[in-house]
Amino acid sequence: MGKVILEMKNITKTFPGVKALDNVNLQVEEGEIHALVGENGAGKSTLMNVLSGIYPYGTYEGSIIYNGEECQFQKIKDSENKGIVIIHQELALVPQMSIGENMFLGNERGKKNAINWNETYGEADKYLKMVGLSESSHVLIKDIGTGKQQLVEIAKALAKHAKLLILDEPTSSLNETDSRALLDLMLEFKKQGMTMIIISHKLNEVVYVADKITVVRDGSTVETLDCHNMEIDEDRIIRGMVGREITNRFPKRENVAIGDVNMEVKNWSVHHPVYTERKVVDNVSLTVRAGEVVGIYGLMGAGRTELAMSIFGQSYGYGITGTLTIHGREITLKNPREAIDAKLAYVTEDRKGNGLVLSNPIRVNTSLANMKGVSEKGIIDVDKEYAVAVEYKDKLKTKTPTVEQNVGNLSGGNQQKVLLAKWMYTDPDILILDEPTRGIDVGAKYEIYCIINDLVRAGKSVIMISSELPEVLGMSDRIYIMNEGRFVGELNADEATQESIMASIIQSGRE
Amino acid sequence: MSINVKAVLKKYFMVLVLVAVLLAFHAVTGGKMLLAQNINNLISQNAYVFVLAAGMLLCILTGGNIDLACGSVVCFVGGIGAVMMDHDLPALLAVVVMLIGGLLVGAWQGFWIAYIKVPPFIATLAGMYAFRGLSNVVLQGYAVGVRNEFFLNVFGGGADCYVPDFFGNGELNITCVLTGIILAAVYVILVMRKRIAAKAKGYSVEPFYSTLIKAVIICAAVIWFFFKLAQYKGIPTSLIWIGIVLLVYSYITANTTMGRYLYAVGGNEKATTLSGIDSRKVYLFAYVNMGLMAGLGGILTIARATQAQPTFGQGYEMDAIAACFIGGASAYGGEGNIFGIVIGALLMGVINMGMSIMGTDANYQKVIKGLVVLGAIIFDVLSNKKKN
Repeated sequence: MGKVILEMKNITKTFPGVKALDNVNLQVEEGEIHALVGENGAGKSTLMNVLSGIYPYGTYEGSIIYNGEECQFQKIKDSENKGIVIIHQELALVPQMSIGENMFLGNERGKKNAINWNETYGEADKYLKMVGLSESSHVLIKDIGTGKQQLVEIAKALAKHAKLLILDEPTSSLNETDSRALLDLMLEFKKQGMTMIIISHKLNEVVYVADKITVVRDGSTVETLDCHNMEIDEDRIIRGMVGREITNRFPKRENVAIGDVNMEVKNWSVHHPVYTERKVVDNVSLTVRAGEVVGIYGLMGAGRTELAMSIFGQSYGYGITGTLTIHGREITLKNPREAIDAKLAYVTEDRKGNGLVLSNPIRVNTSLANMKGVSEKGIIDVDKEYAVAVEYKDKLKTKTPTVEQNVGNLSGGNQQKVLLAKWMYTDPDILILDEPTRGIDVGAKYEIYCIINDLVRAGKSVIMISSELPEVLGMSDRIYIMNEGRFVGELNADEATQESIMASIIQSGRE
Repeated sequence: MSINVKAVLKKYFMVLVLVAVLLAFHAVTGGKMLLAQNINNLISQNAYVFVLAAGMLLCILTGGNIDLACGSVVCFVGGIGAVMMDHDLPALLAVVVMLIGGLLVGAWQGFWIAYIKVPPFIATLAGMYAFRGLSNVVLQGYAVGVRNEFFLNVFGGGADCYVPDFFGNGELNITCVLTGIILAAVYVILVMRKRIAAKAKGYSVEPFYSTLIKAVIICAAVIWFFFKLAQYKGIPTSLIWIGIVLLVYSYITANTTMGRYLYAVGGNEKATTLSGIDSRKVYLFAYVNMGLMAGLGGILTIARATQAQPTFGQGYEMDAIAACFIGGASAYGGEGNIFGIVIGALLMGVINMGMSIMGTDANYQKVIKGLVVLGAIIFDVLSNKKKN
C-alpha cells in the first residue's frame, strides 16, 4: 500500500435541478495510475473540475485532502500551484503560435511584462525531450499532428511542475499508434513516481494502463477495482458502468436477405484540396448490396471520411477520378443535393461540427435535408413538419420532452439519433454512417446498432465507417480495411478477427 | 404559473424596456412624449429604419453578416429617382427603376460575398464608399427636389401624407380608428383559429390564459396606437409600407423554406451544405433582399424630404444594424425575428424623439444611443451564459 496522496470525501455538487455528484469518494495513492470510467454524463468530468478548482470551494460539499492537508481551491491557479494539473479533452493550444509560446502561455518565462525568449525555448526543449517529442519548440502548433499536440499538452503540464496529472480522454483524437505511445509514456512517468488520473471511454486502454479503476455511475462512485488483486477485463468494467451484465453488445441480425448491388465505386481517387499533388484516396473500389452492412475500418487519417465525402456529391477533394454506379446506372454527383436525389445519405462524423444546427429544435433539424417533403412551393407546412419530427422521435426512441427542444440541449446519443432521423427522412437507399457511435454511451450505442439493423432489414445498404474494431467486427457483413488512402484488405464477417485485420494493416505498412 | 415568469420576462424584456422608456419620457416631458403628433412622427421619421432593418435581419441571420453599404445605396437609388422625376418622367417608372436599382446593387454585392467569398464586411464597406460616390455623381453634388404629387402622396412625403378619412367629421379620424379595431379583430380571429386547429390535431397548446393575456395586451396596444394616430391626422402613408414589409418578411422568415435556410446557414453552415442546401444561394438571397429594401428605403427617404441630397442616408446602415441587435438578433447568426426588430427600431426611435423633446444635446443623444446598443447586447450575452 502506497501513501494516499489524494482523497476526495463525500463530494456532492448540485447544478440547478440536477445532482451531478452525489457523495462521491475517491482515493488515489502516490505513484499510481488511477482510471475513472463511466458513461457519458456520469459525472467524471464534473469531479475533476471540482478537484482542479474550476468549480471553486464553496460551490460543492465535501472535502478534498491532498498530501495530508485540506484544500480549498478558489481557481485553477490554486490547484496548479499544488501540482495538480488537468489536461482537457479539447486541446487548448493556439495553432498560430509556436510550441514554446504555447507551453508557457499564461506562465511566461522572464521578468514581469518582458518575456525571456531564450529561457522560454530552452525550457520548452527540455520538457519536450521528457515527453519524447523530437520537434523543435520553435515549430508552430498547426504544423504538427494531433498526436504531437497532445504530447505538447503534457509537456506543458510538466512545465507547471505537475505532481498529480489528470488526463481527460487523452486519446480520443489520436490514432492507434499515437495512443499506444501516449499510454507507454504514462507508464514511463509512473516509474518516475508521477501520480496520474485518466478519464477514458476506451476500456482496452484503461485495462492496459491502470493500477486501479473507479467506476462512476449516475453521479456516484460504484466501486473501485484493483487491477493487481484480480483479473479485470472489459466486460467486468462494463458491468459496473451500466449496472447490469451486457451479454451481447451487438444485437443479432437475423433473416436479412442480401440482395442486388446498390452502389459500386470503382478506381476512386481523390486529391487533397489544398496540397493538390497529394492523393488522399488512392484507387479504391467497393460495392455494397441491399440488406448489407459494409464496414470500413481504418485508423484516423486513413482517408475514410475523405472517401465518403468525395462520394457524397464531391463534398471534399480535388481532381476526383473513378466511376460511381448506383442501382446499375453510372452517374456523376456534383453536389450534396444531387447525391441526396440519387438516394444517398452521408451521416457525418462530427455531429456538432457539420451534422446538426445546434441552435435549432429537433423539428427543424429533422426536416433540413428534405425540405421538399414538408413544404409546397417554398412554403413550409409546419404541422406536417412537426408530425414528421414526432414520428422519427418515436421510431428512434429519442429521449426528449418535445421536438421543439433545441438539439444543443440533448445528450450525444440523442443528438446522434436526430442526425440519423434527418437522413432517414430523405428516404435513402444507401447510408454512409461515419463513426456513428463516437462519444456516446454503451446503452445508446446498442440502440444505434438496432437502428442499423432495422435499416438493412428494410432493404437499405449501410456503409459503416469506424475506428472501433469490436464494433466493425460485431456489426458488419463484410469489412474493408483502409490504410493510408488505400483499401488493403477485404474480409467477410466470418473470417475477420482483430488479428487478421491488424495484420493486413501492418502488412500494408511494410510494402 | 410561477415557472414561466422568468422565461416570459426574458422573451419580452425589450418590450418591457420599451414601455418603461416610453413612460419615463412621458413623465419627464410632462406628457409631450405621447402626444398624437409625436406618435405620428415616430412612425414616419423612422420608416426607413423598419424597412432597412427587415433587410438587414436576413443578412444577420446568415451568420452575423451586415451590410454597411445600405445607407449609401438609399442615397444612390433615391438620387436616381429624384433626377428621373425632375426630368418629368412618370413616378411609377421612377419607382420601378429605384427598386430594380436596389435589387441590382444587392445582387452585385451578394455575388462577391456568396460566390467569391469576399467577407461581407469588406464587400459592403467597398459598396459604402462606391455608392456614396455614385450618389454624388448622379446628383452632381446638388440637392434635387421632388415635386411629383402622386409620388409624394403614395410614399408619405410633404405635408399631406396621410390616408384620407372616408367618414371624416374633422375631429377624430374615423377610418383610422376603424382600421385599428379591424386589425385587432383579425389578429384575435387568426390566433383563435390557429389554436383550435392545433388542438384538433392534438398538438400541445399554451394555456388559454396565456393566449388570452397576450391577445388582450396586443389588441389594447394596437387600438391605442391607432386611436392616437386618429387624434392627429390619421394613418401616415409610410405606415402602410412599413406594415407590408414587416408582414411579408415575417412570413418569409417564419414560413418559407428560404427563411429556414437563412437560420440554418447562420446556425451551422457546414451541416446545411451537407444537407444538400446551396449556402451560396442563401447568401445571395439575403443580400439581394437587402438591396431591394435599400431601394424602398431610398423611395421613402426622398418622399419624406421631398428632395434628394448627396448626404442622405448617412448612418442609416448603423440604425438598421442597431435595431436588429437591440431586437435580439444574434451577432453570430441563426437567431432573431421580425417582431424583435420592430421593438428595436421603436426603442431607438422613442429614445431619439424623447431626447429631442427634452432638448438634450445632439452629441449626448449619440452617447445614449451607443449605450443602449451595448446594454442590449450585454443583456443578450449574459442571459445566454446563464442558460449554459
